[in-house]
Amino acid sequence: MRKVTVFITLKQGVLDPQGNQVQESLQSLGYNVVQDVRIGKYIELLVEDGPDLEVRIQEMCDKLLVNPVMEDYYYEVKEDVHS
Amino acid sequence: MKFAVIVFPGSNCDQDMYHAVKEVIGEEGDLVWYQDSNLENYDAILLPGGFSYGDYLRSGAIAANSKIMEQIKLHAAKGKPVLGVCNGFQILTEAGLLPGALLRNKGLSFMCHQEEIIVENNETLFTSGYQVGEVLRLPIAHGEGNYFCDQETLRELEKHNQIVFTYRTNPNGSTANIAGIINRAGNVLGMMPHPERAVETLLGSNDGLLLFQSIIRNWRESYDATNARI
Repeated sequence: MRKVTVFITLKQGVLDPQGNQVQESLQSLGYNVVQDVRIGKYIELLVEDGPDLEVRIQEMCDKLLVNPVMEDYYYEVKEDVHS
Repeated sequence: MKFAVIVFPGSNCDQDMYHAVKEVIGEEGDLVWYQDSNLENYDAILLPGGFSYGDYLRSGAIAANSKIMEQIKLHAAKGKPVLGVCNGFQILTEAGLLPGALLRNKGLSFMCHQEEIIVENNETLFTSGYQVGEVLRLPIAHGEGNYFCDQETLRELEKHNQIVFTYRTNPNGSTANIAGIINRAGNVLGMMPHPERAVETLLGSNDGLLLFQSIIRNWRESYDATNARI
């Protein structure tokens, strides 16, 4: 088994009202150093290992996990997880 | 004419949609649970609003990947009408039947009120009963109705007259004030405002009535034309 972590971010140019609100909130707490906030998603998958592992991960991202109209993604395949 | 109102777990405007076609318009219709995937005998498919699968992952994403979507895509490919309202519109974009995506409203809040909607294109089977420039009073009820597409897609939409409805005053940050778009073939319409909630003056507006009547009138005309040829 492999642990796969998928990081999904909003594409550049896509408005992130949630991120903007969090930025404002941080600034109201005095953190004026914060210039921008973008909020994304982090997904953990436990996947059976195999030669086509990466192909399957990309397929899963393209079909369901990510909407390419508004999101970008990258993933990391981590250590062997023994069940 | 026979309508299928598709019901997903979490749909909540299915009864309104069913009421509109069955009771108000007086046509045949069924509520079709998403696992009953035989849609062959229906003339038009209606994807109602709500929160299918609790909006998990992205609104409409899980429903767009459910088995019944294969049937809906097949139905759409035959040129039969498909109307997606609110969550139905989100499902259609997620399924790739319409371009773009629906993002979180610019102001973050869920909005539920009546909006003024401008008819931009009446050369569709859904809007032929309206006049271009006509202003409809239709309710909106969404948290993620902010239509987004890139500039290239927007140019394509404009070029092919695919923008069917716009907001007079943009409530949610939608690109080009877009409230509803149609596919290139002209048989798949997605819109955030709720025509099915505006079919009786008692409930504040009946401006949505003509949309359903347009579908029926156009279907009858093409049906008669087909039969006349035989």
